[in-house]
Amino acid sequence: MKKSKLWSFGLIMLLALSVLLAACSAEEGTTEEPAETSEETNDGTTTEETEEAVPQILVFGRGGDSVSLDPAIVTDGESFKVTENIFETLLNFGEQDTTINPGLAHDWEVSEDGLEYTFHLQEGVKFHDGTDFNAEAVVKNVERWKGGAEEQFYYFNSMFKAEGKDIIASVEATDDLTVVFTLSRPQAPFLKNIAMSPFAIASPTAFEAAGESFGDNPVGTGPFTFVEWKRNDSITVAKNEEYWQEGLPKLDTIIFRAIPDNSARLNALMTGEIDLADGVNPSDAQTVESNADLQLIERPSMNIGYLGLTNTRPPFDNKLVRQAVNYAIDKQAIVDAFFQGRAEVAVNPMPSSISGYNEEIAGYEYNPEKAKELLAEAGYDGGEIELWAMPVPRPYMPDGQKVAEAIQKNLSDVGIPSKIVQFEWATYLEKAKNGEADAFLLGWTGDNGDADNFIYTLLDKDTIGSNNYAHYSNDEVHELLIAAQSETDEEVRSDLYKQAQEIIHEDAPWVPLAHSIPLLAGKKGVTGYLPHPTGSESLVNVSIE
Amino acid sequence: MLRYIGKRIFHLIPVLLGMTFIVFLIIRAIPGDPAQVILGQQATEEATKALREKLGLDQPWYIQYFDYLKGLLTGDLGESLRTRQPISAEVWPYLAATIELAVFAMIIAVIIGMNAGIISAWFQNSWFDYIAMVIALIGVSMPIFWLGLMEQWAFSLELKWLPTSGREEVRDPVQAITHFNLIDTLINGRIDQFWLTIKHLILPGMALATIPMAIIARMTRSSMLEVLRSDYIRTARAKGQRMGKVVYKHALKNALIPIITIIGLQTGLLLGGAILTETIFSWPGIGRYIYEAIGYRDYTVIQSGILIVAFMFVMINLIVDILYSAIDSRIKYN
Repeated sequence: MKKSKLWSFGLIMLLALSVLLAACSAEEGTTEEPAETSEETNDGTTTEETEEAVPQILVFGRGGDSVSLDPAIVTDGESFKVTENIFETLLNFGEQDTTINPGLAHDWEVSEDGLEYTFHLQEGVKFHDGTDFNAEAVVKNVERWKGGAEEQFYYFNSMFKAEGKDIIASVEATDDLTVVFTLSRPQAPFLKNIAMSPFAIASPTAFEAAGESFGDNPVGTGPFTFVEWKRNDSITVAKNEEYWQEGLPKLDTIIFRAIPDNSARLNALMTGEIDLADGVNPSDAQTVESNADLQLIERPSMNIGYLGLTNTRPPFDNKLVRQAVNYAIDKQAIVDAFFQGRAEVAVNPMPSSISGYNEEIAGYEYNPEKAKELLAEAGYDGGEIELWAMPVPRPYMPDGQKVAEAIQKNLSDVGIPSKIVQFEWATYLEKAKNGEADAFLLGWTGDNGDADNFIYTLLDKDTIGSNNYAHYSNDEVHELLIAAQSETDEEVRSDLYKQAQEIIHEDAPWVPLAHSIPLLAGKKGVTGYLPHPTGSESLVNVSIE
Repeated sequence: MLRYIGKRIFHLIPVLLGMTFIVFLIIRAIPGDPAQVILGQQATEEATKALREKLGLDQPWYIQYFDYLKGLLTGDLGESLRTRQPISAEVWPYLAATIELAVFAMIIAVIIGMNAGIISAWFQNSWFDYIAMVIALIGVSMPIFWLGLMEQWAFSLELKWLPTSGREEVRDPVQAITHFNLIDTLINGRIDQFWLTIKHLILPGMALATIPMAIIARMTRSSMLEVLRSDYIRTARAKGQRMGKVVYKHALKNALIPIITIIGLQTGLLLGGAILTETIFSWPGIGRYIYEAIGYRDYTVIQSGILIVAFMFVMINLIVDILYSAIDSRIKYN
């Protein structure tokens, strides 16, 4: 009896374990066979090729897992990074800009009145499940987006709906490879919108069969086919052998791995566990550059990081106070210290590369004296404000806490006491959206390179409650922005945006801080990787040497 | 013995009921309408109403609670709001990842911690004792985040012995069957991958083991010191028995009760998911599953995740209680 005491402990543990195992293996037993056979065929093709050269397997390390692989329903960049490789859109953006290029449609025409868009589709394209890609498939996709609930297809409703009405009045397949979109009113950025990742064309056979679970078994026409998803860990896609573009893709397999911590991700790159690392801290740039095995990669900037001032809350309901804060903050010092100079000081609510940017506006210079004068004029009472700092690193703001500390110092220099406040990220966004913050750090990465996607999305009175976190409302700006949406003459349109920026500059709903250059790092051998300013790109041209 | 176990399990019923009730209350404690919170501000009135009906929120609370209990008893943990998958199916890979890591870490913690404690007690006030207890003190107060990154720097970047993160070599994965990688690699006959899996386990395992190891060492030492002073040990030593025999045959058994308690509590904590360790070593465990669910406002996952963790905690305590009477026959419960 006595000797068996320690043994009984071990025995119980063993028993518990074996019961668990028995339960699991019984469950999996039925599905084992088909899974194994499919793996065999995969193995057969890859091992042959890997013998002669460097294995074309790329591991892409990134900050988080995807939400779903159905591009139509998601809004987050981590999902689009994967869907860009499985799906394709009718039109593509340029390799590193937002010009319009052929995609699944090789040609397109726009009618005189800007209401009819005709797309001529690529011939001989098939979805991964063998379904033919044709005009009918495009129509079914658009009908799916139109028919769905508003909160389900977020991007469709935000890009193609105005005042509750569909901008796309109808879609018609005039022949097998021609599809005509008829709009209810002209939309200047229509082609750019169509090129966005959420409007990728999915296999109608697959989404009709899968229903809500389509995001777990995505089927598109893209260069890679979906293989496996281990939640919170990795997503694997494999070369589409039937891809319609000759000689592409160059990689056999891409594995998207979620490594949440920026430093840990860089460590994994340095040991060779991953080949590409997204989200490199600006402070680590030097480490990467001084490592002979690595390359530092810059993503072209198309973002804005800003300090929002909730326009409906005192003291920021007073324009003079908002202007004073703009004078009080030393933006150049923030860019130098926390972006390591890898950013441009922001003047307007969008980056200068975007058509319609007003170059004549001079930013508020760093001038604490002027700020104090304005505060005195406004009759500011010296009450403490809450200064919200984001709890997570974002591409447009690598270290919210430190930036907030610098701003806190700047504000106290002109006599505005402030307290730094942090919330968990989802709560932060929710509360800021409700207008509960006094001043808050936030930012935005553009979706399609159009001015509308910055100024209207972030500062129009229509978007209060979604992306207009500052609760800024100006009727004059609203009229200009609405007019610009349906204006098809590019010059007139630019002019409207320039006027809007002037008013916004005067109203100062935010302190625009910086347009950052997001950094990535890769192994030296990774070639052909061109990060896209929107934050997600196809890896069709990437190879490993 | 069996009667005792039966009784203990019977006593668990009110505990489990109370637990489900508290977890049930959590989702109802959200300010405002949960359906509204879940769907967001732009949701239409109809959509909110439909979801409220789907979640059964239009029923009185006691009916909701019984429906919820009924679901639990049939193994229905609800459906993730984010992925639309049944949680009972979705949670297993996460749970397996956590159990594998926690068991590995606890084995390290128990073997090293207990032995360090025993030796320290035997050679009380020796240099070994001082050094071991200083290390234990540092261990308890070590920030895991920093320790993890330092481990990666030392063992992966500088020495290149071990991988920095993840559970397996992703370029050459092994088919998941049980989701315990150590077992899956063996089933697939991949001894090479089995060793790689162990290599992947070492760094997060060490990081996770640090605190329990230190606590176990300190507890073992003080518990052993007390036992070593008792008469029967003095007799055994007077008889000229070797240290090993005295300690492991006579002393340890009587010192074990508080140690087992601590081991049980610490195992429970580790199974609850070590979010920091799982984040640094990108380990797809239950802690991160719940943490990510908070970020996405996935209330059903938060609710069921907490319930699963709490359930495991209760089960471990049950095992500890049973072990008490198995180890020390003086302990009898009526």
